[in-house]
Amino acid sequence: MGSYLPNTKQEQQEMLREIGFESFDALFAHIPEEVKLKTLKLPSGVSEMEAIDEMETVAGKNRVFRHIFRGAGAYNHYIPAIVGSVVNKEEFVTAYTPYQAEISQGILQSIFEYQTMICELTGMDASNASVYDGATAAAEAAAMCRERKRSVVYLSGTTNPQVISVVETYCYASNTKVVIIPEKDGVTDQDALKASLDDAAACFYVQQPNYYGNFEDADALGEITHAAGAKFIMGCNPIALAVMKTPAECGADIAVGEGQPLGLGLSFGGPYLGFMAATEKMTRKLPGRIVGETVDRDGKRAYVLTLQAREQHIRREKASSNICSNQALCALTAGVYMAAMGEDGMKKTASLCCSKAHYLQKELEKAGLTLKYDRPFFHEFVTTSQIKAEKLLAALEEKGILGGLPIGEYEILWCATEKNTKAEMDLAAAIVKEVCGA
Amino acid sequence: MKLIFERGKDGQGCTLLPECDVPEIAIDAPVREKKLHLPHVSENELSRHYTELAKQVHGVNDGFYPLGSCTMKYNPKVNEEAAALPGFTKIHPLQPAHTVQGCLEVLKRTEEMLCEITGMDAMTLQPAAGAHGEFTGLLLIKAYHDSRGDKKRTKIIVPDSAHGTNPASAAMCGFQVISIPSGEDGCVDLDRLREAVGEDTAGLMLTNPNTVGLFDKNILEITAIIHEAGGLAYYDGANLNAVMGVVRPGDMGFDVVHLNLHKTFSTPHGGGGPGSGPVGCKAFLKEFLPGLQPVLKSEEHGEIAEDEERALRFAVAGAPVLRELAFAAPEHSVGSVKAFYGNFLVVVKAMTYLLMLGREGIPEASRNAVLNANYMMEKLKDLYPMAYSETCMHEFVMTLEKMKHEIDVSAMDIAKSLLDYGIHPPTMYFPLIVHEALMIEPTETESRETLDEVIAVFREIYEKAHENPQAAHEAPVGTYVRRLDEVRAARKPILRYEFQ
Amino acid sequence: MNHPTELKYSKSHEWVKFQEDGTALIGLTDYAQDALGDLVFVNLPEAGDEVTAGEAFADVESVKAVSDVFSPVSGTVAEVNEDLLDAPERMNEDPYGAWLIKVENITDQEELLDAEAYIAFYESEEA
Repeated sequence: MGSYLPNTKQEQQEMLREIGFESFDALFAHIPEEVKLKTLKLPSGVSEMEAIDEMETVAGKNRVFRHIFRGAGAYNHYIPAIVGSVVNKEEFVTAYTPYQAEISQGILQSIFEYQTMICELTGMDASNASVYDGATAAAEAAAMCRERKRSVVYLSGTTNPQVISVVETYCYASNTKVVIIPEKDGVTDQDALKASLDDAAACFYVQQPNYYGNFEDADALGEITHAAGAKFIMGCNPIALAVMKTPAECGADIAVGEGQPLGLGLSFGGPYLGFMAATEKMTRKLPGRIVGETVDRDGKRAYVLTLQAREQHIRREKASSNICSNQALCALTAGVYMAAMGEDGMKKTASLCCSKAHYLQKELEKAGLTLKYDRPFFHEFVTTSQIKAEKLLAALEEKGILGGLPIGEYEILWCATEKNTKAEMDLAAAIVKEVCGA
Repeated sequence: MKLIFERGKDGQGCTLLPECDVPEIAIDAPVREKKLHLPHVSENELSRHYTELAKQVHGVNDGFYPLGSCTMKYNPKVNEEAAALPGFTKIHPLQPAHTVQGCLEVLKRTEEMLCEITGMDAMTLQPAAGAHGEFTGLLLIKAYHDSRGDKKRTKIIVPDSAHGTNPASAAMCGFQVISIPSGEDGCVDLDRLREAVGEDTAGLMLTNPNTVGLFDKNILEITAIIHEAGGLAYYDGANLNAVMGVVRPGDMGFDVVHLNLHKTFSTPHGGGGPGSGPVGCKAFLKEFLPGLQPVLKSEEHGEIAEDEERALRFAVAGAPVLRELAFAAPEHSVGSVKAFYGNFLVVVKAMTYLLMLGREGIPEASRNAVLNANYMMEKLKDLYPMAYSETCMHEFVMTLEKMKHEIDVSAMDIAKSLLDYGIHPPTMYFPLIVHEALMIEPTETESRETLDEVIAVFREIYEKAHENPQAAHEAPVGTYVRRLDEVRAARKPILRYEFQ
Repeated sequence: MNHPTELKYSKSHEWVKFQEDGTALIGLTDYAQDALGDLVFVNLPEAGDEVTAGEAFADVESVKAVSDVFSPVSGTVAEVNEDLLDAPERMNEDPYGAWLIKVENITDQEELLDAEAYIAFYESEEA
C-alpha cells in the first residue's frame, strides 16, 4: 500500500510513548466508542506504479479527439509550452493563499499582474484574484448589484444555459427573483428588455458574444439597462476581448467571463477560471481576494492581500460572498498565457478564430447545412439541417472529429479556433456533405 | 523586483501561432478603441521572470507549513502525473457520454470512496472549494425544508468558534445566522444549543473535531438535539484529516457533509486554489443534489470480464461493476452551482491518492496527523500556554495572551519570527474565541526530525523574545520583503499597474 | 485621550453633537478610534435613510476587522460625510471633526453620557 508517512512504525511507537500513550488506541481513547468505525470498506492500498497504471487505464476509457469543433463554454485553444513549465513550478503549486506576504511575494505579484491584464482586457478599473468559473462569476456579479430596493436579476436568454442555471441556483439561495429576457433572431430582444425592466431591477446580464456566437448590440443594451437605473453586467469571451469593444467602452458596471480560453486545458470542465472586473465605484463590492501594491518597512515596493474587510473571514454573515479558496493557479496560468501571447498574439488568436469559424461556416453551408442566424458572429455559429444532428455528428465522430454541440434535433452549435486547420475543416465539410447528400 | 510589464519592449515576444490558412476575416462588430497593453517579452525573459517570482514563494515543498485548519500535507507527485494524462486534460466536457466513460468512472469511483469514508449515501463533486461546498450543502437543507412546505425554518445555528465561511455561506442561502457561544472547554454548550433550537431551526453547522482541535464527545447528543427540533446537521469537513477511518460524520448523526479535497486528500492549494469541495448527503437528500450525477446506465449482471475483475480490486467493497455510465440530473436538483462537473482534475488527483492509501493508509494518515500534533503540543506546552490542555486531534491552539501582556510580544510577532527560520507560520488569530491564538497543524507527512527541529526553533524564539522583545517586533529581517504597510494598501488601493 | 465636554457620548462609543437647528452630528469617539486602530474605510448610509437609536447605521473597517457603528438617536439621515470615503484616516486623526452622518427629524435618543461619565464608563469597562 502507498504511504506518505516519513516516520517508521518504530518511531511512531516511540513518539507515542514519549508523550504518555501506550498505543494509537490510547491516543484516540477519548473518542466515544459508539461512534468509532469498525471497518472501512475501501479497496486495499497499492503502490505508486499500480496507482498510475490504474489511472492510465481509466483515462484510456476516454476518447481524445484530435479535431474539435465544439465550444459552448469550453474552448480548444493552443497552449504555449511556457505556460505548463511555469505553472508546474512546485512553489506555485504547493503554496497556500498568500496570507503571509513576506514569503508570498511571488504569488502576490503574479496576481497583481493578472489583475492588471484583466483590467486591460476588459477596460475596467479593478479586477479580483479570480472566482471558480465564468458561471459563478456571473452569479457573484449579480449579487454585487443587489440593493435594498433593487433586487431582481435580469438575464438575457442568449446566455449559455449553464450560466443561467448557476445564476438561478444562486438566486434561489438568496430568495432573489430572476427574469429571463427572450431571444429574438439570435440576440437579446431589446424591446422585451425595455418593457420588462422596472425600478426593482438590480442588473441585466448579457453574454458577448452570446451563446449562439452572435455579437450583441451591447451599447444599446447597456443604455436600456442604465435608463432603468439598473447595473449592466457583461459576460465576455476573453479572446474576443482582444479585438471587440470592451465592456468599459460599452458602459458596463461589471465585466466577467470564463477564463478557460486563456491557457487552460479542456480537462472535462475544470479547473477553469472566473474573471471579474468592475468600475472603481463598485470595486469594494467585488467578492474574493484582491491584491494591492504597498511598501514594506524599508520602503521597498511589495504586494499584499487588501480590502480584506469585505471578505468572509472578517465580515462573516455580513459578507456578500463566502468565497475563500479561488482558482489562483488558474489565474497564474492566464497571466502567463497573456504574457506569452502579448497584444499581438492575443489579437492574432482572435483573428484566427474569427477567420476559421467563417471559413467553416461557408464550407458547411456548401455541404448542405444552413446558417440559422444571419448575424455577425465571432467563432461560434448555429446551423440547421434536414438531417438529424445526431446522424451528422456520429459520422464525424467515426472519422475522429468532435463536431459541434447538438442544441436541437436539427441544430448544431459549431466552434472553430486557431487550432483548426483548413485541411481538417475541409474534411469535416466533406463528411457532412456525404451525409447530407445521402 | 520588476513587474512583467517593466520588462522587454515593443517588438519582443514569443512566436507561437501559424499564419492564417483561410481568408482573413475581421470581426463585424464594434472594435475596441483602447490600446491593449500586455507584456512584450521574449520566452527567456518570461521564463526567468516567473522563476524569480517562484523563489519568493514558500510552498509545502519548501518547508514546514503548520497552517492550522488548512492541512498543508505533502502533495504526492503521482497525483500531478495522473491529472496531466492527455486522456483527462484533452477531454471536452460536452463530449458524448460513450466517449467519456473514463471521466465518469473517476467521478463515480471517487464518489463511492468518499461516501464510504464519510458514511454518506450520495455525493456531488461539482462544488469547487470548501466554501462552495458549504453553500451547496446548505442549499440541500433549504431545498429539503422547502420540499416539505416547511417555510418557517430560516435559521442556521453556528458556534462562535466556526470558520468565517460558515456564517457567510448560511447568509448566502438566505438563512439567518444564530451564533452560539462555545463552552469553556471549547466545545458546544449543550444548554445554549437547546435554548437556540426551535421550529425555526433549519440546521446546525459544525466541525468535529472543532476549530480548537478537540473532538466533541457530545456529538451524538448534539445532532440528536438538532434532529428533534426538526433541523438537519451539517458537517464542515475542514478537519476530516483527524478522523478518516476512525469516525464518520454519517455515524455521528450528520445529514450533509462537505470535504476539502485540497486539504484532506492531498491535492495542492495552488497559491489559493483550485480546490474541490464535494458534498455528501444521506439518501433522503440525494434528489436535491446539484448538477449531473454519474449513474449506471443499466444494472447489468452476469459474467465478470477480466478487465472488470481488475477494476473490482480497486472498488469499494460491495459496489456494483461499472459497466456503462451516463449522466443523470437528480429528480429535484437545486440546479447547478458551477458549470460542468466541478474541478475535475482535482478529483483525479484525490482519486489517485485514495487508491494508493486505501483502507490501510487512510486511517493511518489520520492516526499520524493526531500523533504529530500531540507530540508538538506536549513538547511546547511548558513555554507556550495551550488554550485547551486535553488530548488534541490533528491540530492545537496556543494562546500568547500572557506573553503579550508581560513582554508585549504578540502572536503576530512570534509568527513573523518563524519566517526567518524558513518555517511557515501557524494560523494566526483564529479561532476568534481564543486571544492571541496560534493554531498549529503539523500534518502526518512531517517527520519526527522536522518536528524536533521546529520545536527547537519555537523554544529559541521564546527565549529570544524574552531577551529582546524589540527584535521580535522587527521580524522578519531575512525575507525578501519585510512587514508590509497594510494600512496604506487598504486606504489608497493600488490594484493594477498603470502604463505610462 | 480627548473627550470634549460640549458633546454627548453613547456606551457604544459614538459622540453626538446636538446643533441649534435641531440636527445632530454623529461620529466615533477618540477612545473608539484608538481601540479600533488605523481605519481604512467606512460604509455609510444614504441621505434619506432612517436611523434608529441603538441600531447600527454604518461600519468602519480596519485592516483586519470590521465594526458596526450604532446610532445614539432615531431620525432621518440629512447628510453623510463623503469626504471620509477618500480620507478614512481623518477618523483617526481628528475624530471630532470627522463626523459620519448628520441626523434630522430626531424623534428619540439613547441614554447618553457627558464627557466625565463617559470616561468613567470606559475605564470601568476596561478594568
